[in-house]
Amino acid sequence: MSDIPGTLHAPKQVADRRAQAPHTSMFTRMLLRAAVLRRRRAAAALLAMIVAAAVATAMMNLYVDVQAKLRTEFRNYGANVVVVGKDGQSLPAGALAKVEAAAGPGAKTLAVPFSYAVARTKDGQSVVVVGTDFARARQLNRWWKVSHWPDEPNQALIGMRAANVVSPNRQPFELTFQGKPIELTPAGMLQTGAGEDSRIYLDQSEFQNWTGISPSTIEVAVNGTAAEVESLTRQLAQLLPAADVRPVRQIMEGEANVLNKTRATLYASATLVVLTSALCVLATLMGWVFDRRRDFAIMKALGASERLVNGFFAAEAAAMGAVGAILGFFIGIGVAVWIGRANFHAPVVPRFSIFPYVFAGSVAVALISAILPITMLRRVQPAIILRGE
Amino acid sequence: MFARLVYESFRHQARRKLLAGIAITLGVAVATAMIAVATDIGDKINRELRSYGANLIVTPQEDTLDVEVGGVNLKPPSDGAFLNEADLPKIRGTFWHNNIVGFSPMLPVTVRVGSDGAKDVTLVGTYFNKPLHFGKQDFTTGARITHPWWRVEGSCGDGALPRSGRVEDSPAACGWPNDDSQDILVGERLATKLAKKPGDTLDVAGRQLTIFGILVTGAAEDDQIVAPLALAQQMLGKPGAVRRVYVSALTKPQDAFATQDPNTMTPEVRDRWYCSPYVQSIAYQLQEVIPHSHAEQIRQVAQNEGTVLSRIKGLMLLVTLAALFASALAVSAAMATAIFERRVEVGLMKALGAGSLTVSAIFFAEALLLALVGGIAGFSAGALLAGQIGRSIFNSQITIEPVLFPVILAIAVFVTFAGSATAIRRAVKFDPVFALRGEG
Repeated sequence: MSDIPGTLHAPKQVADRRAQAPHTSMFTRMLLRAAVLRRRRAAAALLAMIVAAAVATAMMNLYVDVQAKLRTEFRNYGANVVVVGKDGQSLPAGALAKVEAAAGPGAKTLAVPFSYAVARTKDGQSVVVVGTDFARARQLNRWWKVSHWPDEPNQALIGMRAANVVSPNRQPFELTFQGKPIELTPAGMLQTGAGEDSRIYLDQSEFQNWTGISPSTIEVAVNGTAAEVESLTRQLAQLLPAADVRPVRQIMEGEANVLNKTRATLYASATLVVLTSALCVLATLMGWVFDRRRDFAIMKALGASERLVNGFFAAEAAAMGAVGAILGFFIGIGVAVWIGRANFHAPVVPRFSIFPYVFAGSVAVALISAILPITMLRRVQPAIILRGE
Repeated sequence: MFARLVYESFRHQARRKLLAGIAITLGVAVATAMIAVATDIGDKINRELRSYGANLIVTPQEDTLDVEVGGVNLKPPSDGAFLNEADLPKIRGTFWHNNIVGFSPMLPVTVRVGSDGAKDVTLVGTYFNKPLHFGKQDFTTGARITHPWWRVEGSCGDGALPRSGRVEDSPAACGWPNDDSQDILVGERLATKLAKKPGDTLDVAGRQLTIFGILVTGAAEDDQIVAPLALAQQMLGKPGAVRRVYVSALTKPQDAFATQDPNTMTPEVRDRWYCSPYVQSIAYQLQEVIPHSHAEQIRQVAQNEGTVLSRIKGLMLLVTLAALFASALAVSAAMATAIFERRVEVGLMKALGAGSLTVSAIFFAEALLLALVGGIAGFSAGALLAGQIGRSIFNSQITIEPVLFPVILAIAVFVTFAGSATAIRRAVKFDPVFALRGEG
């Protein structure tokens, strides 16, 4: 091979190439050459590292982010805080603006005003009429089954059961409140299976023109942790002394219950997955180091000190752990984003704050997997290893 | 000879076999635990979702409108239709009776309270923890189960609420009035207005009733009085009357099939619909057993639990896949390492005239043995782990389907083979001369 001029291995060329190459230390060169010469084994070990780091990253990212995602899902249950005027009184003007200001500009919070009055139909039946902001109510109460939302003046949303009384054939109907009549057209039917079915919903401004009653209730959906909801509740109670601010216990307790169980399950699962990934790295890297016992023996036979040999293998493992962690981290973030999209239809925010943990964990596992076989090899004479036994 | 080779290999290389075996055991244990938890999580979360309370409501078919503003009922109390209390235990006789977690009847009555009789208040009669029986079944049910967020203060000391759960599991009620008593619960805000505390007596429509505790609900009941159903019926003068019934049932998330009208279905399709625990079919069955009733889903609760449930199930499925992937990789890596170390042995066997097939067969037989032993140990460990997760998180057993055992074992064998295959192929292809010289 060496007698063919121009090949890379011709002694002269090799000498020339080496003369011009940057002078790297023996230590670095040994590290690099080992990886290049046994690229298949090195690639397998690195792959295990990358996969393990990726899986660990994805799990940790999900664990942090899923709680926020689930909380958003839970807001579909509707309001978790209710502001009510004391003794059924109307809330002071500007209460809605105050609630929104207290919630902050983040738009994470939705506040919907409701005002109530009891009107009479033509044949003298009592029926509850509610004034609200349809656009907001629609966003807050997603479970409302509405055939058509009102979009024109004097249109009303009619509960299933109220419809049978006031307008069985969807014809326009008249209601009176304290002697003042109003002519309404049914826009659509509302079905909820709860109290709303017996009511008639009107736009707030039309309702107020007719009855003169301003909102007495503001339903607030706060998207946040239990502590955030509680602090907003306290803040609102201070801002609106004329109102009763209370959390909706049904919603708060149900959410806390389900969220805690899910978080605990996810935590247990994520721990198991991360441990398994570590096991995978341990198995592969131990094989990789054990496989190099001949290098180990030669180094010792050539007079390398214990410290140097240990340092060499440790550096090799650490380098592999570091490279694997960096590549795996980005792949793991990708996986987490994909899971967020597939399952929650919303992107998972990459948490770069978990990178130090993934990095430190990978390097630590890599070091452990290098040290274990080395301690085993240290007890063996180099000669025995070199003899192939 | 074949059997002896395999046997000797296990006897002499116990340490290496142990390492691979441990990897397989741990991998299988994680896989088993994750699969068991993931298959059971739907049922577990479904039960937890019952803490949102009832998802079905039964009302009389010919009912007048509710006229209720701010927790005060303005409808004349005797107006409209009623259900018959005697029909209620039949709820346990429906097809999906095992899915009915509990139910509680409600009967609102408007009463005057205070010795001066100046204030109109709504008194709601209900079951708290009522023992009932249907056929041979004995069970207890009531607001404790359908309204788990209700908290009674000043009775049990700490006001702690027993866990919601299956009717059968419920321990004796603590902190709730007896359903046969004349004791009442007063809503938190009403109690403040009346300046009453637990143990006081309250004049309700001319009767002197003992306040058992203060009820905190965060909803309309805070301004009301809640009393045993029999008491409310006496006050209304209508024994056996119930205005509405709240039913809490475990349901399957609804799909397009669920929302179809059963009256337009062919008999076979209708049977399939009837035998699926959709909230719609349970409502249909409730209407069948309670005469002159109309059952409907409470959309706020019923509509949302499907989404939450499917999100959590989807999440667990993906996490389980990640766990399976990671454990498969760990097993493969361990097997590949174990075989790679034995190239010298392969070289020797081949130098002595063994064919590639024989050598592969020996390795695969070893892998099979390892996979079976590791699989059985891992399955048991995984079952224990799943049980531990179930007990510590959900306070209940996680059922492990027996069918999971052969499946897990098959997966373990498959993954072990797949992990060994490449390593075996490379070991067999490796030139025995190099192997014996110790190069490579």
